[in-house]
Amino acid sequence: MIKFGVVIFPGSNCELDTIYVISEIIKRDVVKIWHKDKHLPEVQCIVLPGGFAYGDYLRPGAIASRSPIMQPIKEYVKNGGLVLGVCNGFQVLTEANLLPGALIRNIGTRFVSKRVKLKVENNNTPFTLLFNKGEIIELPVAHKDGNYYAPGEIVEDLKTNNRLVLSYIDNPNGAIENIAGIVNEQCNVFGLMPHPERAYEKILGSDDGLRVFSSIVNYLES
Amino acid sequence: MIKVEINIDPKDNIFDPQGKTVERALKNLNFADVATVRIGKHIILTVDSDDKAMVLSRAREMCDSLLSNPLIEKYSVNILE
Repeated sequence: MIKFGVVIFPGSNCELDTIYVISEIIKRDVVKIWHKDKHLPEVQCIVLPGGFAYGDYLRPGAIASRSPIMQPIKEYVKNGGLVLGVCNGFQVLTEANLLPGALIRNIGTRFVSKRVKLKVENNNTPFTLLFNKGEIIELPVAHKDGNYYAPGEIVEDLKTNNRLVLSYIDNPNGAIENIAGIVNEQCNVFGLMPHPERAYEKILGSDDGLRVFSSIVNYLES
Repeated sequence: MIKVEINIDPKDNIFDPQGKTVERALKNLNFADVATVRIGKHIILTVDSDDKAMVLSRAREMCDSLLSNPLIEKYSVNILE
């Protein structure tokens, strides 16, 4: 059976929601991974959860991205392993250079916490294969530093090589080109500011997030 | 011991909402001559060494590996004492 690994940094706060979705909703194995570990357990997908690792000191994700666990994660990515980074996890991935760009302070200076509409720009990834291309979905966002920034040539590369996966319909944070989620060149690392683990059943306002996890399972089991 | 001062600032093309907000607040206090405000970070380190050149290069190394993000920030390093 597929096993997920959820990395816990000091200050992570979405790890339990993530573990709940994996173990109780999609019913797969999941193991917690401590940021100080120097080796990864045998897992088929790693999730870097949301939160405020190290209190967002210095820059969001900066200190977490230099944790001992990130070295084996970089090796794992090089070997094609799947990594999903949500919110603070996305910030950690950019700081670790596993994804390009940076997440800077929201343009309105406010912490934005609400459900937003997103367009699925690319459904040809292990993380979005159960969505339709162009489909409009809804996921919650909750962040103060979610304004995606990258220099023009990187943004151009993201657009022309189908690495832009999710974009905001109504941009909540000033992100360049309305970017909400991107993949790396090899398409095995996905970072997004919205929280799929907070949208797994209708009573939560949306169950669109569930399909991110189901996509991963489909991809790994097919 | 050598004391080093590191200043890290948002690059000129990076939007700095904190600076912008403070700029507006200053203008509201009738500091009408304020043209722009940019806010960065100020870090003071003491390094166990007597070699100023070495300490400067170590401090730059620290900026490149953790203290600043070259995509969005620039830094300067000065020996204080």
